[in-house]
Amino acid sequence: MTLALYVPVASPVHRLPAGVKLLCLAALAVLLFARPTPAVAGAALVGTLVVGLGAARLPVAVLARQAWALRWFLLVLFVVHALTADVVSGAHTVLRLLTLVLAAAVVTATTRVSEMVRVVELLGAPLRLVGGRPERVGLLFAMALRFVPVLIERADRIRAAQAARGGAPRGLRALRTTVAPLLVQLLQMAHDVSEALDARGADDVPVRRPGGA
Amino acid sequence: MRFRRSPAATADTDVAEPGRGIELRGVGHRYGDRVVLEGIDLQLTEPRVGVIGANGSGKSTFARLLNGLVLPTQGQVLVDGLDTRTQVRAVRRRVGFVFQDPDAQIVHPTVAEDVAYGLENQGVPPDERAARVAEALERYGLAGHADHPAHLLSGGQKQLLAIAGVLVMQPARVVFDEPTTLLDLVNARRVAELIAGLEQQVVVVTHHLDLLDGFDRVLVVDGGRVVEDAPPGPAVAAYRTLAERR
Ligand SMILES: Nc1ncnc2c1ncn2[C@@H]1O[C@H](COP(=O)(O)OP(=O)(O)O)[C@@H](O)[C@H]1O
Ligand SMILES: [Mg+2]
Repeated sequence: MTLALYVPVASPVHRLPAGVKLLCLAALAVLLFARPTPAVAGAALVGTLVVGLGAARLPVAVLARQAWALRWFLLVLFVVHALTADVVSGAHTVLRLLTLVLAAAVVTATTRVSEMVRVVELLGAPLRLVGGRPERVGLLFAMALRFVPVLIERADRIRAAQAARGGAPRGLRALRTTVAPLLVQLLQMAHDVSEALDARGADDVPVRRPGGA
Repeated sequence: MRFRRSPAATADTDVAEPGRGIELRGVGHRYGDRVVLEGIDLQLTEPRVGVIGANGSGKSTFARLLNGLVLPTQGQVLVDGLDTRTQVRAVRRRVGFVFQDPDAQIVHPTVAEDVAYGLENQGVPPDERAARVAEALERYGLAGHADHPAHLLSGGQKQLLAIAGVLVMQPARVVFDEPTTLLDLVNARRVAELIAGLEQQVVVVTHHLDLLDGFDRVLVVDGGRVVEDAPPGPAVAAYRTLAERR
Protein backbone atom coordinates (compact mmCIF):
# COMPACT_ATOMS: atom_id res chain seq x y z
CA MET A 1 0.00 0.00 0.00
CA THR A 2 1.35 3.38 -0.90
CA LEU A 3 0.05 5.92 1.51
CA ALA A 4 2.84 8.46 1.37
CA LEU A 5 2.85 9.44 4.99
CA TYR A 6 4.72 12.20 6.70
CA VAL A 7 8.52 12.12 6.36
CA PRO A 8 9.93 14.15 9.24
CA VAL A 9 12.63 16.53 7.97
CA ALA A 10 13.26 20.10 9.14
CA SER A 11 12.78 21.95 5.86
CA PRO A 12 11.08 25.17 4.77
CA VAL A 13 8.56 23.13 2.78
CA HIS A 14 7.64 21.19 5.92
CA ARG A 15 7.15 24.45 7.77
CA LEU A 16 4.75 25.94 5.19
CA PRO A 17 1.15 25.95 6.44
CA ALA A 18 -0.81 22.93 5.19
CA GLY A 19 -3.43 25.20 3.64
CA VAL A 20 -0.82 26.95 1.50
CA LYS A 21 0.57 23.64 0.25
CA LEU A 22 -2.87 22.33 -0.59
CA LEU A 23 -3.66 25.57 -2.42
CA CYS A 24 -0.44 25.26 -4.46
CA LEU A 25 -1.39 21.69 -5.30
CA ALA A 26 -4.83 22.81 -6.45
CA ALA A 27 -3.29 25.64 -8.48
CA LEU A 28 -0.89 23.21 -10.12
CA ALA A 29 -3.76 20.90 -11.07
CA VAL A 30 -5.67 23.79 -12.61
CA LEU A 31 -2.58 24.97 -14.49
CA LEU A 32 -1.83 21.51 -15.87
CA PHE A 33 -5.30 21.14 -17.27
CA ALA A 34 -5.89 24.75 -18.34
CA ARG A 35 -2.56 25.00 -20.18
CA PRO A 36 -2.05 21.49 -21.54
CA THR A 37 1.29 22.01 -23.27
CA PRO A 38 4.28 19.70 -22.87
CA ALA A 39 6.42 22.69 -21.90
CA VAL A 40 4.16 23.54 -18.95
CA ALA A 41 3.96 19.90 -17.86
CA GLY A 42 7.73 19.47 -18.17
CA ALA A 43 8.41 22.63 -16.18
CA ALA A 44 5.88 21.54 -13.53
CA LEU A 45 7.55 18.15 -13.18
CA VAL A 46 10.99 19.72 -12.82
CA GLY A 47 9.57 22.22 -10.33
CA THR A 48 7.94 19.43 -8.30
CA LEU A 49 11.20 17.48 -8.17
CA VAL A 50 13.19 20.56 -7.18
CA VAL A 51 10.75 21.33 -4.36
CA GLY A 52 10.40 17.71 -3.22
CA LEU A 53 13.98 16.46 -3.45
CA GLY A 54 15.77 19.80 -3.14
CA ALA A 55 13.94 22.15 -0.82
CA ALA A 56 12.08 19.48 1.21
CA ARG A 57 15.00 17.01 1.14
CA LEU A 58 12.70 14.01 0.72
CA PRO A 59 14.37 10.68 -0.08
CA VAL A 60 14.12 9.79 -3.78
CA ALA A 61 12.50 6.49 -2.73
CA VAL A 62 9.44 8.29 -1.33
CA LEU A 63 8.60 9.77 -4.73
CA ALA A 64 9.80 6.76 -6.71
CA ARG A 65 7.39 4.55 -4.76
CA GLN A 66 4.46 6.70 -5.83
CA ALA A 67 5.45 6.63 -9.48
CA TRP A 68 6.11 2.89 -9.33
CA ALA A 69 2.69 2.21 -7.80
CA LEU A 70 1.06 3.87 -10.78
CA ARG A 71 3.18 2.19 -13.44
CA TRP A 72 0.46 -0.03 -14.91
CA PHE A 73 -2.13 2.69 -14.85
CA LEU A 74 0.23 5.10 -16.60
CA LEU A 75 1.23 2.46 -19.11
CA VAL A 76 -2.38 1.68 -20.03
CA LEU A 77 -3.10 5.38 -20.28
CA PHE A 78 -0.15 5.81 -22.59
CA VAL A 79 -1.13 2.89 -24.83
CA VAL A 80 -4.74 4.01 -25.10
CA HIS A 81 -3.67 7.52 -26.05
CA ALA A 82 -1.03 6.25 -28.46
CA LEU A 83 -3.62 4.10 -30.23
CA THR A 84 -6.48 6.62 -30.31
CA ALA A 85 -4.41 9.77 -30.83
CA ASP A 86 -0.63 9.66 -31.08
CA VAL A 87 2.45 8.87 -29.07
CA VAL A 88 3.21 12.49 -28.20
CA SER A 89 -0.23 13.10 -26.70
CA GLY A 90 0.13 9.80 -24.79
CA ALA A 91 3.44 10.88 -23.32
CA HIS A 92 2.04 14.29 -22.48
CA THR A 93 -0.97 12.88 -20.65
CA VAL A 94 1.24 10.54 -18.65
CA LEU A 95 3.58 13.39 -17.83
CA ARG A 96 0.78 15.58 -16.48
CA LEU A 97 -0.68 12.85 -14.33
CA LEU A 98 2.69 11.76 -13.01
CA THR A 99 3.52 15.36 -12.10
CA LEU A 100 0.29 15.76 -10.19
CA VAL A 101 0.76 12.50 -8.30
CA LEU A 102 4.31 13.43 -7.34
CA ALA A 103 3.23 16.89 -6.26
CA ALA A 104 0.53 15.34 -4.08
CA ALA A 105 3.13 12.98 -2.63
CA VAL A 106 5.37 15.96 -1.80
CA VAL A 107 2.48 17.64 0.02
CA THR A 108 1.54 14.55 2.06
CA ALA A 109 5.16 13.71 2.87
CA THR A 110 5.83 17.22 4.18
CA THR A 111 2.58 17.76 6.06
CA ARG A 112 1.53 16.14 9.32
CA VAL A 113 -1.84 14.45 9.22
CA SER A 114 -2.97 16.63 12.11
CA GLU A 115 -2.32 19.77 10.02
CA MET A 116 -4.15 18.25 7.09
CA VAL A 117 -7.01 17.40 9.42
CA ARG A 118 -7.03 21.02 10.61
CA VAL A 119 -7.49 22.20 7.01
CA VAL A 120 -10.27 19.68 6.46
CA GLU A 121 -11.93 21.00 9.63
CA LEU A 122 -11.51 24.55 8.44
CA LEU A 123 -13.13 23.72 5.10
CA GLY A 124 -15.89 22.00 7.02
CA ALA A 125 -16.42 25.01 9.30
CA PRO A 126 -19.61 26.13 7.54
CA LEU A 127 -21.16 22.85 8.75
CA ARG A 128 -21.29 24.45 12.17
CA LEU A 129 -23.94 26.87 10.92
CA VAL A 130 -26.30 23.95 10.43
CA GLY A 131 -25.34 22.27 13.70
CA GLY A 132 -22.71 19.96 12.18
CA ARG A 133 -19.31 19.24 13.74
CA PRO A 134 -16.29 19.85 11.51
CA GLU A 135 -14.04 18.04 14.03
CA ARG A 136 -15.92 14.91 13.10
CA VAL A 137 -15.08 15.36 9.42
CA GLY A 138 -11.42 15.81 10.35
CA LEU A 139 -11.47 12.71 12.54
CA LEU A 140 -13.07 10.72 9.75
CA PHE A 141 -10.29 11.77 7.41
CA ALA A 142 -7.59 10.77 9.92
CA MET A 143 -9.29 7.46 10.68
CA ALA A 144 -9.48 6.60 7.00
CA LEU A 145 -5.70 7.01 6.77
CA ARG A 146 -5.23 5.00 9.94
CA PHE A 147 -7.45 2.05 9.06
CA VAL A 148 -6.59 1.44 5.41
CA PRO A 149 -3.32 -0.30 6.38
CA VAL A 150 -5.13 -2.19 9.17
CA LEU A 151 -7.69 -3.41 6.66
CA ILE A 152 -5.01 -4.56 4.25
CA GLU A 153 -3.19 -6.35 7.03
CA ARG A 154 -6.37 -8.16 8.11
CA ALA A 155 -7.06 -9.21 4.52
CA ASP A 156 -3.51 -10.57 4.25
CA ARG A 157 -3.97 -12.47 7.49
CA ILE A 158 -7.18 -14.08 6.22
CA ARG A 159 -5.48 -15.07 2.99
CA ALA A 160 -2.54 -16.52 4.94
CA ALA A 161 -4.90 -18.48 7.20
CA GLN A 162 -6.64 -19.91 4.16
CA ALA A 163 -3.36 -20.74 2.48
CA ALA A 164 -2.15 -22.48 5.66
CA ARG A 165 -5.05 -24.89 5.30
CA GLY A 166 -4.37 -25.53 1.65
CA GLY A 167 -6.71 -22.96 0.15
CA ALA A 168 -5.04 -20.85 -2.49
CA PRO A 169 -7.90 -19.34 -4.46
CA ARG A 170 -7.04 -16.85 -7.18
CA GLY A 171 -8.85 -14.12 -9.03
CA LEU A 172 -12.54 -13.56 -8.44
CA ARG A 173 -12.95 -16.56 -6.17
CA ALA A 174 -10.17 -15.29 -3.93
CA LEU A 175 -11.96 -11.98 -3.71
CA ARG A 176 -15.17 -13.70 -2.66
CA THR A 177 -13.61 -15.98 -0.05
CA THR A 178 -11.62 -13.12 1.46
CA VAL A 179 -14.36 -10.52 1.47
CA ALA A 180 -16.89 -12.42 3.58
CA PRO A 181 -14.62 -13.11 6.57
CA LEU A 182 -13.05 -9.67 6.20
CA LEU A 183 -16.47 -8.05 6.44
CA VAL A 184 -17.23 -9.99 9.62
CA GLN A 185 -13.94 -8.85 11.14
CA LEU A 186 -14.51 -5.26 10.08
CA LEU A 187 -17.95 -5.12 11.66
CA GLN A 188 -16.50 -6.42 14.91
CA MET A 189 -13.67 -3.92 14.66
CA ALA A 190 -16.03 -1.03 13.89
CA HIS A 191 -17.85 -1.86 17.12
CA ASP A 192 -14.58 -2.00 19.07
CA VAL A 193 -13.37 1.27 17.58
CA SER A 194 -16.61 3.03 18.45
CA GLU A 195 -16.22 1.88 22.04
CA ALA A 196 -12.64 3.12 22.09
CA LEU A 197 -13.72 6.51 20.73
CA ASP A 198 -16.31 6.73 23.50
CA ALA A 199 -13.80 5.71 26.13
CA ARG A 200 -11.39 8.40 24.95
CA GLY A 201 -13.95 11.13 25.22
CA ALA A 202 -15.20 11.53 21.64
CA ASP A 203 -18.49 12.67 23.12
CA ASP A 204 -16.88 14.79 25.77
CA VAL A 205 -16.45 17.69 23.37
CA PRO A 206 -19.22 20.09 24.28
CA VAL A 207 -21.27 20.84 21.19
CA ARG A 208 -20.77 24.43 20.04
CA ARG A 209 -23.86 26.05 18.72
CA PRO A 210 -23.88 28.89 16.20
CA GLY A 211 -23.40 32.18 18.03
CA GLY A 212 -21.24 30.46 20.63
CA ALA A 213 -24.08 30.04 23.14
CA MET B 1 -9.53 28.11 24.36
CA ARG B 2 -11.23 26.05 21.71
CA PHE B 3 -13.98 24.39 23.60
CA ARG B 4 -16.08 25.81 26.33
CA ARG B 5 -17.19 23.48 29.07
CA SER B 6 -20.90 23.40 29.60
CA PRO B 7 -22.03 24.42 33.09
CA ALA B 8 -23.41 20.90 33.60
CA ALA B 9 -19.96 19.37 33.11
CA THR B 10 -18.51 21.57 35.83
CA ALA B 11 -21.31 20.66 38.21
CA ASP B 12 -20.53 16.98 37.65
CA THR B 13 -17.08 17.27 39.12
CA ASP B 14 -18.29 19.37 42.02
CA VAL B 15 -20.38 16.57 43.50
CA ALA B 16 -17.73 13.86 43.05
CA GLU B 17 -16.54 12.16 46.24
CA PRO B 18 -13.20 10.51 45.41
CA GLY B 19 -13.09 8.42 48.63
CA ARG B 20 -16.03 6.34 47.55
CA GLY B 21 -14.24 4.54 44.73
CA ILE B 22 -16.29 2.38 42.40
CA GLU B 23 -19.60 1.10 43.73
CA LEU B 24 -21.88 -1.49 42.16
CA ARG B 25 -25.30 -1.74 43.76
CA GLY B 26 -27.51 -4.69 42.87
CA VAL B 27 -26.02 -4.67 39.38
CA GLY B 28 -27.20 -6.98 36.64
CA HIS B 29 -26.81 -6.89 32.90
CA ARG B 30 -28.59 -8.64 30.08
CA TYR B 31 -28.12 -8.49 26.32
CA GLY B 32 -31.65 -8.96 25.01
CA ASP B 33 -33.08 -11.64 27.25
CA ARG B 34 -29.71 -13.22 27.88
CA VAL B 35 -28.52 -12.58 31.45
CA VAL B 36 -24.77 -11.94 31.45
CA LEU B 37 -24.26 -10.51 34.95
CA GLU B 38 -26.45 -10.57 38.03
CA GLY B 39 -26.55 -9.77 41.71
CA ILE B 40 -23.34 -7.80 41.98
CA ASP B 41 -22.80 -5.65 45.07
CA LEU B 42 -19.30 -4.34 45.49
CA GLN B 43 -17.33 -1.33 46.58
CA LEU B 44 -13.89 -1.14 45.00
CA THR B 45 -11.55 1.26 46.77
CA GLU B 46 -8.33 -0.76 46.72
CA PRO B 47 -5.55 0.55 44.46
CA ARG B 48 -5.13 -2.82 42.67
CA VAL B 49 -8.14 -4.95 41.75
CA GLY B 50 -7.96 -8.01 39.48
CA VAL B 51 -10.79 -9.80 37.68
CA ILE B 52 -10.40 -13.40 36.48
CA GLY B 53 -12.74 -16.03 35.07
CA ALA B 54 -13.44 -18.27 32.10
CA ASN B 55 -14.11 -16.99 28.58
CA GLY B 56 -17.67 -15.76 28.30
CA SER B 57 -18.14 -15.48 32.08
CA GLY B 58 -18.92 -11.76 31.84
CA LYS B 59 -15.57 -10.11 32.66
CA SER B 60 -15.57 -7.68 29.75
CA THR B 61 -19.14 -6.68 30.42
CA PHE B 62 -18.19 -6.11 34.06
CA ALA B 63 -15.20 -3.97 33.04
CA ARG B 64 -17.31 -1.90 30.63
CA LEU B 65 -19.84 -1.18 33.36
CA LEU B 66 -17.14 0.66 35.31
CA ASN B 67 -16.82 3.55 32.85
CA GLY B 68 -20.29 3.54 31.38
CA LEU B 69 -19.43 1.85 28.07
CA VAL B 70 -22.12 -0.58 29.14
CA LEU B 71 -24.98 0.63 31.33
CA PRO B 72 -26.46 -1.80 33.86
CA THR B 73 -29.91 -3.09 32.97
CA GLN B 74 -30.41 -3.51 36.71
CA GLY B 75 -29.03 -1.60 39.67
CA GLN B 76 -26.54 1.24 39.70
CA VAL B 77 -22.84 1.79 39.08
CA LEU B 78 -21.30 4.80 40.84
CA VAL B 79 -17.78 6.16 40.37
CA ASP B 80 -16.79 8.56 43.11
CA GLY B 81 -20.49 8.92 43.70
CA LEU B 82 -21.26 9.72 40.04
CA ASP B 83 -23.88 7.52 38.40
CA THR B 84 -22.72 6.05 35.08
CA ARG B 85 -26.27 6.33 33.82
CA THR B 86 -26.75 10.05 34.37
CA GLN B 87 -23.19 11.42 34.41
CA VAL B 88 -21.40 9.28 31.91
CA ARG B 89 -19.12 12.04 30.61
CA ALA B 90 -17.83 12.88 34.05
CA VAL B 91 -17.38 9.17 34.77
CA ARG B 92 -15.39 8.59 31.58
CA ARG B 93 -13.13 11.50 32.40
CA ARG B 94 -12.29 9.75 35.68
CA VAL B 95 -12.05 6.19 34.40
CA GLY B 96 -9.68 5.41 31.53
CA PHE B 97 -10.17 2.19 29.59
CA VAL B 98 -7.57 0.06 27.81
CA PHE B 99 -8.82 -2.65 25.48
CA GLN B 100 -7.32 -5.98 24.49
CA ASP B 101 -6.67 -5.11 20.85
CA PRO B 102 -4.62 -1.93 20.40
CA ASP B 103 -5.47 -1.82 16.69
CA ALA B 104 -9.04 -0.95 17.54
CA GLN B 105 -8.17 1.92 19.86
CA ILE B 106 -5.49 3.72 17.87
CA VAL B 107 -7.53 6.07 15.71
CA HIS B 108 -4.93 8.43 14.27
CA PRO B 109 -2.38 7.41 11.65
CA THR B 110 0.71 8.55 13.53
CA VAL B 111 1.90 8.02 17.10
CA ALA B 112 1.97 11.55 18.55
CA GLU B 113 -1.30 12.48 16.91
CA ASP B 114 -3.02 9.51 18.44
CA VAL B 115 -1.78 10.33 21.93
CA ALA B 116 -3.06 13.88 21.46
CA TYR B 117 -6.54 12.72 20.50
CA GLY B 118 -8.06 12.42 23.98
CA LEU B 119 -6.56 15.75 25.02
CA GLU B 120 -8.19 17.43 22.04
CA ASN B 121 -11.49 16.01 23.18
CA GLN B 122 -10.91 17.48 26.62
CA GLY B 123 -10.19 20.88 25.08
CA VAL B 124 -6.61 21.05 26.36
CA PRO B 125 -4.90 24.05 24.71
CA PRO B 126 -2.32 23.19 21.97
CA ASP B 127 0.82 24.20 23.93
CA GLU B 128 -0.06 22.16 26.98
CA ARG B 129 -1.21 19.34 24.72
CA ALA B 130 2.13 19.17 22.93
CA ALA B 131 4.02 19.15 26.22
CA ARG B 132 1.88 16.40 27.72
CA VAL B 133 2.09 14.28 24.57
CA ALA B 134 5.89 14.60 24.52
CA GLU B 135 6.07 13.63 28.18
CA ALA B 136 3.80 10.61 27.68
CA LEU B 137 5.83 9.39 24.67
CA GLU B 138 9.00 9.73 26.71
CA ARG B 139 7.56 7.92 29.71
CA TYR B 140 6.20 4.97 27.72
CA GLY B 141 9.28 4.47 25.56
CA LEU B 142 7.84 5.90 22.34
CA ALA B 143 9.83 9.13 22.22
CA GLY B 144 11.69 8.18 19.02
CA HIS B 145 8.46 7.26 17.28
CA ALA B 146 6.42 10.47 17.47
CA ASP B 147 5.91 10.76 13.72
CA HIS B 148 5.91 7.06 12.89
CA PRO B 149 2.87 5.54 11.24
CA ALA B 150 1.04 3.55 13.93
CA HIS B 151 0.64 0.52 11.69
CA LEU B 152 4.41 0.05 11.49
CA LEU B 153 4.78 -0.38 15.26
CA SER B 154 5.21 -3.84 16.80
CA GLY B 155 2.33 -5.38 18.75
CA GLY B 156 3.94 -4.44 22.05
CA GLN B 157 4.59 -0.87 20.94
CA LYS B 158 1.00 -0.57 19.75
CA GLN B 159 -0.28 -1.60 23.16
CA LEU B 160 2.09 0.91 24.82
CA LEU B 161 0.74 3.57 22.47
CA ALA B 162 -2.85 2.64 23.32
CA ILE B 163 -2.01 2.86 27.03
CA ALA B 164 -0.18 6.19 26.57
CA GLY B 165 -3.25 7.58 24.80
CA VAL B 166 -5.35 6.77 27.84
CA LEU B 167 -2.90 7.75 30.59
CA VAL B 168 -2.07 11.11 29.03
CA MET B 169 -5.62 12.09 29.93
CA GLN B 170 -4.74 11.59 33.61
CA PRO B 171 -7.77 9.60 34.67
CA ALA B 172 -8.04 8.87 38.41
CA ARG B 173 -8.75 5.20 37.70
CA VAL B 174 -7.88 2.90 34.80
CA VAL B 175 -9.64 -0.28 33.69
CA PHE B 176 -7.65 -2.76 31.59
CA ASP B 177 -9.48 -5.53 29.70
CA GLU B 178 -6.94 -8.28 28.97
CA PRO B 179 -4.13 -5.84 28.14
CA THR B 180 -1.49 -8.56 27.67
CA THR B 181 -3.47 -11.30 25.94
CA LEU B 182 -2.15 -10.50 22.46
CA LEU B 183 1.45 -9.84 23.58
CA ASP B 184 4.54 -12.01 23.78
CA LEU B 185 6.19 -12.62 27.14
CA VAL B 186 8.63 -9.70 26.94
CA ASN B 187 5.97 -7.16 26.03
CA ALA B 188 3.49 -8.64 28.49
CA ARG B 189 6.04 -8.10 31.23
CA ARG B 190 6.65 -4.51 30.15
CA VAL B 191 2.94 -3.80 30.30
CA ALA B 192 2.70 -5.56 33.68
CA GLU B 193 5.51 -3.38 35.04
CA LEU B 194 3.88 -0.29 33.63
CA ILE B 195 0.61 -1.16 35.34
CA ALA B 196 2.40 -1.92 38.61
CA GLY B 197 4.00 1.54 38.54
CA LEU B 198 0.79 3.50 38.07
CA GLU B 199 -0.33 5.79 40.84
CA GLN B 200 -3.96 5.46 39.75
CA GLN B 201 -6.46 2.92 40.98
CA VAL B 202 -6.32 0.04 38.54
CA VAL B 203 -8.84 -2.69 37.67
CA VAL B 204 -7.36 -5.40 35.46
CA VAL B 205 -9.21 -8.22 33.71
CA THR B 206 -6.65 -10.87 32.79
CA HIS B 207 -5.81 -14.48 32.02
CA HIS B 208 -2.18 -13.83 32.87
CA LEU B 209 -2.39 -14.69 36.55
CA ASP B 210 1.13 -13.50 37.37
CA LEU B 211 -0.05 -10.00 36.50
CA LEU B 212 -1.94 -10.14 39.81
CA ASP B 213 1.15 -10.43 42.02
CA GLY B 214 0.91 -7.82 44.72
CA PHE B 215 -2.73 -6.98 43.95
CA ASP B 216 -4.98 -6.08 46.88
CA ARG B 217 -8.10 -7.85 45.76
CA VAL B 218 -9.10 -10.31 43.04
CA LEU B 219 -12.65 -11.07 41.89
CA VAL B 220 -13.46 -14.43 40.30
CA VAL B 221 -16.35 -14.21 37.86
CA ASP B 222 -18.27 -17.31 36.88
CA GLY B 223 -21.53 -17.50 34.98
CA GLY B 224 -22.22 -13.82 35.49
CA ARG B 225 -21.67 -13.81 39.26
CA VAL B 226 -18.76 -12.83 41.44
CA VAL B 227 -18.10 -16.20 43.10
CA GLU B 228 -14.91 -15.29 44.96
CA ASP B 229 -13.60 -12.01 46.31
CA ALA B 230 -10.24 -12.41 48.02
CA PRO B 231 -6.52 -11.62 47.90
CA PRO B 232 -4.72 -13.06 44.83
CA GLY B 233 -3.59 -16.35 46.46
CA PRO B 234 -6.96 -17.67 47.57
CA ALA B 235 -8.77 -16.16 44.58
CA VAL B 236 -6.49 -17.85 42.04
CA ALA B 237 -6.83 -21.13 43.97
CA ALA B 238 -10.62 -20.85 43.81
CA TYR B 239 -10.41 -20.13 40.09
CA ARG B 240 -8.25 -23.23 39.52
CA THR B 241 -10.69 -25.40 41.47
CA LEU B 242 -13.53 -24.04 39.35
CA ALA B 243 -11.65 -24.81 36.15
CA GLU B 244 -10.85 -28.37 37.25
CA ARG B 245 -14.47 -29.09 38.02
CA ARG B 246 -15.43 -28.31 34.43
N1 LIG C 1 -22.85 -6.98 22.68
C1 LIG C 1 -23.25 -8.21 23.04
N2 LIG C 1 -24.44 -8.70 22.64
C2 LIG C 1 -24.86 -9.92 23.00
N3 LIG C 1 -24.18 -10.75 23.77
C3 LIG C 1 -22.98 -10.34 24.22
C4 LIG C 1 -22.45 -9.05 23.87
N4 LIG C 1 -21.25 -8.93 24.46
C5 LIG C 1 -21.03 -10.07 25.13
N5 LIG C 1 -22.06 -10.92 24.99
C6 LIG C 1 -22.20 -12.26 25.60
O1 LIG C 1 -22.14 -12.08 27.01
C7 LIG C 1 -21.37 -13.09 27.61
C8 LIG C 1 -20.26 -12.47 28.43
O2 LIG C 1 -19.37 -11.83 27.55
P1 LIG C 1 -18.07 -11.05 28.05
O3 LIG C 1 -18.50 -10.05 29.08
O4 LIG C 1 -17.39 -10.55 26.86
O5 LIG C 1 -17.25 -12.21 28.75
P2 LIG C 1 -15.69 -12.39 28.94
O6 LIG C 1 -15.03 -11.07 28.77
O7 LIG C 1 -15.55 -12.95 30.32
O8 LIG C 1 -15.25 -13.39 27.92
C9 LIG C 1 -20.85 -13.97 26.50
O9 LIG C 1 -21.63 -15.12 26.44
C10 LIG C 1 -21.01 -13.14 25.26
O10 LIG C 1 -21.29 -13.94 24.17
MG1 LIG D 1 -13.50 -10.40 27.48
